[in-house]
Amino acid sequence: MFPASFGYVAPRSVAEALELMTKHGEDGKLLAGGHSLIPAMKLRLQSPRFLIDLGTVPGLQGIKAEGGQLIIGALTVHADVATSDPVRKHMPGLSDAAAVIGDVQVRNRGTIGGSVAHADPAADMPVILTALNATFVAQSPSGSRTIAVDDFFTDFYTTALNANEILTEIRLPIPPAGTGTAYAKLPHPASGYVVVSAGALITRQASGSCASARIAIGGLGSGPLRAIATEIELQGKPLTTQIIAAAAAKAAEETDPVEDSYSSTEYKQHVATVYARKAIEAAVERAKR
Amino acid sequence: MTAEAEYAAVPIIVTVNGVKHDAVVEPRTLLVYFLREHLGLTGTHVGCDTSQCGACTVHLNGRAVKSCTILAAQANGAEVKTIEGLADGDAFHPVQEGFREKHGLQCGYCTPGMIMTAVHLLETNANPTDDEIKHALEGNICRCTGYVNIVESVKWAAEKMRKQP
Repeated sequence: MFPASFGYVAPRSVAEALELMTKHGEDGKLLAGGHSLIPAMKLRLQSPRFLIDLGTVPGLQGIKAEGGQLIIGALTVHADVATSDPVRKHMPGLSDAAAVIGDVQVRNRGTIGGSVAHADPAADMPVILTALNATFVAQSPSGSRTIAVDDFFTDFYTTALNANEILTEIRLPIPPAGTGTAYAKLPHPASGYVVVSAGALITRQASGSCASARIAIGGLGSGPLRAIATEIELQGKPLTTQIIAAAAAKAAEETDPVEDSYSSTEYKQHVATVYARKAIEAAVERAKR
Repeated sequence: MTAEAEYAAVPIIVTVNGVKHDAVVEPRTLLVYFLREHLGLTGTHVGCDTSQCGACTVHLNGRAVKSCTILAAQANGAEVKTIEGLADGDAFHPVQEGFREKHGLQCGYCTPGMIMTAVHLLETNANPTDDEIKHALEGNICRCTGYVNIVESVKWAAEKMRKQP
């Protein structure tokens, strides 16, 4: 299978890439690792006339801890996120999620920025990054701006990025002591994509009660959803098995997931409560360490 | 001039199995077709052609990747290793030997990809458990259902490689 014909250029800087985007307008499409875009192009689901390859642009790869944040370059591949020492130290839930994307070969090419910009409703990264309260840095010809994760995923395969913007960085606040993060996923047995998944960030007080919680669920909507009812249920309460179970039971409230050939609406909603519980329990265990 | 016409021919330099190749490719040329059709290295197979089966696995700058999902243009400046580059003259790589010793193949179609992924695993984990081997080979599908012997083959190779100086 071959994609339809297109033009290709590999700019050497973000500035050059932005110039090319301005020049080619809607004909242009950014290429990161290509592990969503190239398969779609081979199936002729997408036929951009011009690809701007960010793969060789310096400065877009790598992970560093700086100023209370973990800063991840948009072109950093999943394998590097999964095995990064600062990620494992500060937010192992992100490492969990990166390690279950696709397979080894896919993780060696697919990028964190490509995944979030593609915004597949069955992807892993949007879910865990929602739980971890990520901020996205976008550059355009007029400068750069930041977008909060809660404002970023706007619809199926759609984000708040403008057509003239390049996602360059993902920033994550390094959580305070007593915080645990985790990701739990039910993968589709054939594709490995998310049927339902949950990301959790729990900060625990010394007394054992919940100081704060962010819970995100994947698979129930056009993008990741915050399980607000679950978060409220946990807030200030002792993190016992019973309270976690009662909170997780609310993880699919006010959702209406679309039935598909593999799973019904009711099944997805039920499984969401199970995986929310798994993620919260794992985050609480890590918060105790 | 249309966007397609403007950059319709991409000059690339790719080092494959230690040999440098200068070429000009059409942008939509996939790496696997560059290897098979431009360079005649047909050991790398096209299986599903949808990034599922792993038959097209090669090493790109030392990492196992699916060459049906990478443009040849994206490999510009990179080092590629294919199944043809594994043996040292007539001496098989230990993973190739392992597949022979433990009957790790039946039809052989998935084998180049299986071996390239296994080599990548053993370069990063010299003594993997059965579970780690299975997890590492998730992206490689065998339709002869030879997985048990494939895991045995990789274990055999791991042991041999650990004994080598």
